[in-house]
Amino acid sequence: MSSISGRLLQTFLSYGVRILLLLLVVSIIAFALVCLSPVDPIQQYILGVGSVSAEQREELEDYWGVNDAPVERYMNWLTALLHGDFGVSLLYRRPVLDIIGERFLNSIALMFSSWLLSGVIGFTLGCLMGMYRERMTDRILKKICYILSSIPTFWLGLILLLVFSVYLKWFPIGFSSPIGITSSEVSLWQRLYHLALPAITLSLMSFSQIALHTRQKLIDVMESDYVLFARSRGESRFTVLRRHGLRNIVLPALTLQFASFAELFGGSVIAENVFSYPGLGSAVSAAGLNSDVPLLLGITIFSTLFVCIGNMIANLLYGVVDPQIREAQS
Amino acid sequence: MKEPLLEVVDLSVSFKMYDSLLERKELKVISDLSLTLYPNEVLAVAGSSGSGKSLLASAILGLLPPHAKIGGKMYYQGRRLTPALQKELRGSQLALVPQSISYLDPLMKIGKQVDGHKKPHPASDRIKLFEHLGLPKGTEKLYPFQLSGGMARRVLVSTAILSSANIIIADEPTPGMSLEQSIEALSMFRQMADSGKAVILITHDIDLAFQFADRIAVFYAGTTVETASSEDFRTGPSALRHPYSKALWNALPQNGFVPLPGFQPYAGDLPQGCPFSPRCPMSTPECQKTMPPTQKIRGGEVRCIYAT
Ligand SMILES: Nc1ncnc2c1ncn2[C@@H]1O[C@H](COP(=O)(O)OP(=O)(O)OP(=O)(O)O)[C@@H](O)[C@H]1O
Ligand code: SF4
Ligand SMILES: [Mg+2]
Repeated sequence: MSSISGRLLQTFLSYGVRILLLLLVVSIIAFALVCLSPVDPIQQYILGVGSVSAEQREELEDYWGVNDAPVERYMNWLTALLHGDFGVSLLYRRPVLDIIGERFLNSIALMFSSWLLSGVIGFTLGCLMGMYRERMTDRILKKICYILSSIPTFWLGLILLLVFSVYLKWFPIGFSSPIGITSSEVSLWQRLYHLALPAITLSLMSFSQIALHTRQKLIDVMESDYVLFARSRGESRFTVLRRHGLRNIVLPALTLQFASFAELFGGSVIAENVFSYPGLGSAVSAAGLNSDVPLLLGITIFSTLFVCIGNMIANLLYGVVDPQIREAQS
Repeated sequence: MKEPLLEVVDLSVSFKMYDSLLERKELKVISDLSLTLYPNEVLAVAGSSGSGKSLLASAILGLLPPHAKIGGKMYYQGRRLTPALQKELRGSQLALVPQSISYLDPLMKIGKQVDGHKKPHPASDRIKLFEHLGLPKGTEKLYPFQLSGGMARRVLVSTAILSSANIIIADEPTPGMSLEQSIEALSMFRQMADSGKAVILITHDIDLAFQFADRIAVFYAGTTVETASSEDFRTGPSALRHPYSKALWNALPQNGFVPLPGFQPYAGDLPQGCPFSPRCPMSTPECQKTMPPTQKIRGGEVRCIYAT
């Protein structure tokens, strides 16, 4: 047992180092891109303050170090980052870290619920398709999966918004809570109610990948030698699914699901904008559109970390659940 | 003569294949195969790789892949072996001893796997049997990939012993085993047959087969060309009926290692008439007309128009 936790710690550390290196690279690239872009943070700052004279502008440029060499600016930024200072958002006039923290809570609720929903729906439908391969159920579901994975998220979001919020009035039009109530007064139920439609949109966009993957895995399993043998011993197709199918397809599905954090985050940016949902996704597009460089860079770093953690969990899971890997070294 | 336990009459198995984009072709892998299995006997089915032996096992169990087409008739204790009957018999009267470790679920521990889904017998039976088979303590807690080749074979055999099946189909149970292990495994099948069951022993090792089997069916290009007693195989070419069986005998190390030139034809392009004709030293134009019918000669069965 102790050897397992020891090995886990070791893997964990090696991932930690790799993630740090990756974050460093991402920060360099993101910083370079911002430097190359026509974004003018001073202009953005001035917009917030009101008009300034040319001298004042120069002073500001000196103060912010805009005219320093890019490498020097990067080093300054990095040093601040390492001290936990992500800077102040030009758009919201508050520390970037506070905004990320607050927005992330909203986003994580959205992403987690749609992640769970798409995982459960995708896995169940994948099993159904695999069991009834090439029959009616399978063919219809497969078409639905292909269609869903080829329509854009924003379009689906708009359609759902139109139908269920505007037309049927089943769901609110947007935001994470009712308007005109302070956040401490919002009940859990109200939050879930506001979360539902964006979460459904997001999971509709992503379950087809896991469904098609699970379908193929289950078909492979059902055609395997060990299922032939199990059937020769009198197991019915459903006993086979219960005893051998699930066992052999859950892990790949789970891994895929953890490895899909990048798509999840990408999808949430769009869904949050369509539903005016105040999460990281809508913050990042606001930051981009308004040249809010500190916030943009902060969220870039943060989302990289988020995706890396998903991938790390996917890899660690393999080691914990697959006996081949788990017992090979013990 | 005893009632046959299993009869296979003119079995054929073919696959629908797409040759080019539109052209559909039937690939006949087993054709007009007949077998009879009696209680208390070990019937060896000997044939080279790819001759359709594993498919024969799947056909009897009713577990051919969905795109396979099956023809002919099978009977179990005189009853027509329908898919419904096959379903009923699988796991109760029919047992398969599969070919390799890939027939075990890689993610399920051996104990749970051997016990099966219905656990028809108490775990203590399994523990006793594992001990008897010389499987080390703790084997039940291992995963298939942790077994050595010999252990895997014994685990696979144990599933058949634990089942109450009276027909055991063993698909190449000996490859990868040492000679002693092979002999040990085959004697287990012999014991099962002696205790009233019947064993179909699929193998390409006719040498071992005729030491343990009662009769041997020689498989060539998807059909049985000769069925003869092991005694005939021990005697040699003079007692055998088909030129292919004689050639197999001559190819054995102890009989001079004389190889038979040529290759077994691929299921897709079988020659007209006798499938053995391209390699047969006795072939005449007559042989290429139709598939030779099965004849009974000197207590054996043979498919050769010139058999004596
Ligand atoms: N699902 C399938 N679809 C198409 N062809 C198949 C299928 N399964 C088997 N075959 C073909 O049928 C032939 C016989 O296969 P089978 O596995 O029964 O051979 P075998 O005698 O058991 O060989 P081995 O000694 O290698 O186990 C092979 O040539 C193979 O290509
Ligand atoms: S029928 Fe003709 S070709 Fe076939 S085995 Fe007999 S002699 Fe040879
Ligand atoms: Mg085989």
